[in-house]
Amino acid sequence: MNLRRLFLIAVPYAWLGLFFLVPFLIVFKIALSDSALSIPPYTPTLDLSGGWTSIKEFFQGLDFENFVFLTEDSLYWKSYLGSLKIASISTVLTLAVGYPIAYAMAQSADEWRPTLMMLVILPFWTSFLIRVYSWVGIISNEGLLNQLLLGMGVIDTPLQIMNTPTAVYIGIVYTYLPFMILPIYSALEKMDGSLIEAGVDLGCSKLQAFWLVTLPLSRPGMIAGCFLVFIPALGEFVIPSLLGGSKTLMIGKVLWEEFFSNRDWPVASAVAVVLLLILVIPIVLFQKNQEKAEEAGR
Amino acid sequence: MNRKLSWFNVTSLTLGFAFLYLPMLILIIYSFNASKLVTVWAGFSTRWYGELLHDQQFLDAAWVTLRVGVISSTFATILGTAAAYVLVRGGKFFGRTLFSGMIYAPLVMPEVITGLSLLLLFISIGLDRGIVTIVLAHTTFTMCYVSVVVSSRLMTFDQSLEEAALDLGASAWDSFRLVTLPIIFPAVISGWLLAFTLSLDDLVIASFTSGPSSTTLPIKIFSAVRLGVSPEINALSTLMIAIVAIGVITASLVSKGAIKRQREEELAGNRT
Repeated sequence: MNLRRLFLIAVPYAWLGLFFLVPFLIVFKIALSDSALSIPPYTPTLDLSGGWTSIKEFFQGLDFENFVFLTEDSLYWKSYLGSLKIASISTVLTLAVGYPIAYAMAQSADEWRPTLMMLVILPFWTSFLIRVYSWVGIISNEGLLNQLLLGMGVIDTPLQIMNTPTAVYIGIVYTYLPFMILPIYSALEKMDGSLIEAGVDLGCSKLQAFWLVTLPLSRPGMIAGCFLVFIPALGEFVIPSLLGGSKTLMIGKVLWEEFFSNRDWPVASAVAVVLLLILVIPIVLFQKNQEKAEEAGR
Repeated sequence: MNRKLSWFNVTSLTLGFAFLYLPMLILIIYSFNASKLVTVWAGFSTRWYGELLHDQQFLDAAWVTLRVGVISSTFATILGTAAAYVLVRGGKFFGRTLFSGMIYAPLVMPEVITGLSLLLLFISIGLDRGIVTIVLAHTTFTMCYVSVVVSSRLMTFDQSLEEAALDLGASAWDSFRLVTLPIIFPAVISGWLLAFTLSLDDLVIASFTSGPSSTTLPIKIFSAVRLGVSPEINALSTLMIAIVAIGVITASLVSKGAIKRQREEELAGNRT
């Protein structure tokens, strides 16, 4: 083993260890601490100067009180459930919106595909914050949508979309749509068109051929897309705080407020730990799905 | 394959792209609205662009964001490329599983957790929050994206080229510098651009790790739009959308040209 190779491995390893792994251990530790009126606002703090006894005291000061607190206050479990519900519903909605687009892209002529691909990817490079914000002017009570509908006489009073879960669904579908379209498109694009022809020759209607051939073949893409929307939507902060109003409970927003408004670091850390534990399930399932897809692709 | 699209496909493409682009288009149109009331059209004006350019707070925030973006994405590219090289070519080493886990985990980590954990680290080691801490945070989460982009390129190119260089007497470093790096260079560049964009865009992690003197543009935008629509923000958004659109279109034209050239070279190579 030469020195250069060691260096090449050690530098990114050490960086990630210091700025990714160690911070998590700190979060776990503070989640087990108690909130206190001091700087930093938690206790106990590790004081190595006291030797062995102070280390022992430090570990005796740690407990699961904050996690018990999370189960007692309904705000927290309602927010976790709220996040799960909003992430699930918006994943289904994104699939419903994204599938026809991906399908049409895969059906279009070869020379059009790169342009269509670029049009799908382009919003991804634009600021996430701006894309969420662009809906405020449309769906707010004085917004364009309400003006349009009032002007046409469809409604008499403005629709209340802003500051409701509906606004959050719109925001998530809008911002995560490319993540759904791209994997479905790449699954459909690889599909052999003669399979459909074979199905039709054997007496399938076009709809049946779609249902029995196309849909099952695009399943890995659909599953990948759903995870790519569901996982980030679960911990989403920007969308619920700009569009969801105070009544839409999502755990990312609760964590933010716990930290910045209530300054309760131990509870914020406990919220983070539980969110992480919830996220492990979809992440592991996603990993399994990707491995399966890779093996099938070989 | 040159099929005619059915009406269903044309409709879904039209509606789909209208959904993706109309909100941004409306934002751009209303940035030229003379009225302060953002939903009432009162004639064309570039007033908000003028006010934006004279707003010192926005200019300061833009300058902080730009510096953080350039520095952190450069670090992230170096570290991410090294990490990708180690993962793909490094063979077995102690703790490889942990290493690849640490590369992929930040990609699925909610930003609130990354931000919180980094802030708690900075506080416990007594580092004052400011530009330095934002750079450290951004380098950490964007280097993982860089290494995914670069490692996918490393996996697809022919390893025998490197071996040939080594057989012909090049040192490992020379073979990396003269063979590997030029081949993966486009991926390194797109990794840098991705890291830069992510850094410019990040609100949550920057909010946790910034200090009072180091407000970034997204933090500024967020605090302005929390209170509703603001015409200055519309103007700022339009400028940012324009920059990104020009950048992406130029990049795609350049890479299209590069692919075409490469194909021509391959064809020429096959003939001889």
